[in-house]
Amino acid sequence: MTSRSGRSEAQPPGAGHGALHHPETDFPHAAAAALADSQLRANLAHATATIRDKRAAMVGEHPSWSGLRAAGAGIKDDVLARLDTHLTELERRLQDAGATVHWAVDAADANRIVTDVVTATGAREVVKVKSMTTQEIELNEALAEAGIAAWETDLAELIVQLGDDAPSHILVPAIHRNRAEVREIFLDRMAAVGVAAPADLTDAPAELAAAARAHLREKFLTARVAVSGANFAVAETGTLSVVESEGNGRMCLTLPETLVTVVGIEKVVPTWRDLEVFLQTLPRSSTGERMNPYTSFWNGVHPGDGPQDVHVVLLDNGRTDVLADQVGRQALRCIRCSACLNVCPVYERTGGHTYGSVYPGPIGAVLTPQLRGTDSPLDKSLPFASSLCGACEEVCPVAIEIPDLLVHLRTRVADQAPRFDPQKAVFRALKTVMATGDRLAAAERGTGLARRILSRSGRVAGIPMLPSWTTTRDVPDLPEQSFRAWWEQRERVGDAGAAIDGDDSAVEDDS
Amino acid sequence: MRVAIFPTCLGDAMFPRAPIATVRVLERLGVEVDFPSAQTCCGQMHFNTGYADDGLDLAATLVDALAGFDHVVGPSGSCVGSIRHQSADIARRRGRTSLGDAIDDLAARTFELSEFLVDVLDVTDVGASFPHSVTYHPTCHSMRMLGVGDRPVQLLRAVRGLHLRELQAADECCGFGGTFALKNAAVSSAMGADKARHVRNTGAEVLVAGDASCLLHIGGVLSRQESGVRVMHLAEVLAATDARPDVAPGADPRGAVPPMAPVPPRAAS
Repeated sequence: MTSRSGRSEAQPPGAGHGALHHPETDFPHAAAAALADSQLRANLAHATATIRDKRAAMVGEHPSWSGLRAAGAGIKDDVLARLDTHLTELERRLQDAGATVHWAVDAADANRIVTDVVTATGAREVVKVKSMTTQEIELNEALAEAGIAAWETDLAELIVQLGDDAPSHILVPAIHRNRAEVREIFLDRMAAVGVAAPADLTDAPAELAAAARAHLREKFLTARVAVSGANFAVAETGTLSVVESEGNGRMCLTLPETLVTVVGIEKVVPTWRDLEVFLQTLPRSSTGERMNPYTSFWNGVHPGDGPQDVHVVLLDNGRTDVLADQVGRQALRCIRCSACLNVCPVYERTGGHTYGSVYPGPIGAVLTPQLRGTDSPLDKSLPFASSLCGACEEVCPVAIEIPDLLVHLRTRVADQAPRFDPQKAVFRALKTVMATGDRLAAAERGTGLARRILSRSGRVAGIPMLPSWTTTRDVPDLPEQSFRAWWEQRERVGDAGAAIDGDDSAVEDDS
Repeated sequence: MRVAIFPTCLGDAMFPRAPIATVRVLERLGVEVDFPSAQTCCGQMHFNTGYADDGLDLAATLVDALAGFDHVVGPSGSCVGSIRHQSADIARRRGRTSLGDAIDDLAARTFELSEFLVDVLDVTDVGASFPHSVTYHPTCHSMRMLGVGDRPVQLLRAVRGLHLRELQAADECCGFGGTFALKNAAVSSAMGADKARHVRNTGAEVLVAGDASCLLHIGGVLSRQESGVRVMHLAEVLAATDARPDVAPGADPRGAVPPMAPVPPRAAS
């Protein structure tokens, strides 16, 4: 039993970005709320562990993973070094094939172009292929302002959109939701915007998928315009490509009359042959599959076959700023696989919304502050939202040195700090103390006094200046003697332990 | 062969048991160890907080202090990792090219303890005895920056009487991360809580790792939980012998190994 409710007037529920943390809240404060959400913690721990294991198996079985990784990094670096040449070739080939190419400097520019294209068709709604780039520019919100409804057709994006929520993962935008929550969202929200969910819907995955299928099918069959992103843009033939798992992308890319694709300029690759590398590394890294289920390619217009009005918007939106930084530009190699999110211990515990951007996790922490700058409290704090454990770099299929980039961006934030910054003063003082061995020795002698003041029963339970440490952790008792003092004493009067050690001839015993 | 110990600033001031034990192990193996006392810190703490120039000043002091030694040995994957894989790049980015070259020269001579023992001295049995159940946490920088692999485990397996228990999710970060532990204290604590849970689940008496910094963090959590598990640096375990179970007199008594039950004598001695 399905019902319909005024499809033509229906608008998608929310603006879509409301659940992302506001840039005025820094990461540590946003994280505190997420850490306290036990449902979120459980959902994320389960989901990331599952994908992590699948990826590890698929990467582990590949005979030449490190070679593919190096090749992927090399291709992307080569593209970035000659981006202008590749982009103009792409533009020419796309135009030769009958596509209209637009250049967008920023989000507002891109949103205006897409809105104008859709408005010119007379359509009041569009179907969307899952696309990080259009999330980045908040296209849905811009279209809504123009009275155009944008329907997400990827299952997880649909869940996010119906739930008036924001994506929290690059590949699995609804990773923070479990099946029970999805069921509730479908029952509560589907009817208002199209085909309703069956009243007896359970949280069985097959039933949830069937409800989404019935809901989406109506959108696919009625939409006259589709909007997509692209995973790759092949310059030599002007070919765009989307890789997806559900077939919703294939529907959007083939059924409507008009197709608008928003592509970040770093997505260009010179030749088809380059795809050989990425079509192996992307599915293994992202979904943990050997091969991607639905891989679509299109170039321009083919009479009587597929969309007859094809537009491509090439988007900068901060990317050339990233390119200008010789260290930071590595982040533009990213193919949006999300492997770094799944292995990140910080992401696993805080979720994606905490990062305040559609690009969460380690890659978000290096990309967002470069794309948006480091002015807001949140963007300033993102490069510090990592223990620098390096798990992200280890799994990155294009070998982005994320920890190194994080440190690079921390330096940028520190360089921008005001002249009289308390933290800077502390570290400057620390450097002064450690400027010579003699000064450090004097400071270490001073810790003997601190020890007598702070220590109770062999451990330090509270240090006035460092509640952020001592709330959850003891501090071990400060040593009576520094290494330096021990060494000096030994040089002077000999080592009480040395004689015993000298008798201990275990090594000789064994040989 | 001129060998210098690089105790690290943290090891020197807060965790002297680790460098003292390192000296003892090396001397027991016949290595003559020197401590160039002009050294202080590798600069990593400053680099990772964004103070590149201050960090480089510290790195420059370290380079000067350690000039002329054939080998430099540090009981820290993290600090050795910074010398080998971080500071030279930062020096060049900040336009200090000759310092970058000098750091490269130092990096080629600098080893984390387990690397020096296994690769340079070609020893896995260092003659240690430690009749306790132990679990080992591979610290992120020793594992991912330096790639020490199973060298620490090879060394631990050769210790007499030691029972090594496997740690679940061993390769997951403990949550220390330098100033991360203070700036993102809540996330750091959540990670530390999970690491401590895995450690407790092993039933081991002692958690061993190759970085004093990570041990301060995990040990702080284990201590707050009254878990009864103590933390020791890899060097301390390798320095322990039947005659001298506690390697660092004058160090933190809580870290000292308690009196041991009699252990069987070693073969044929």
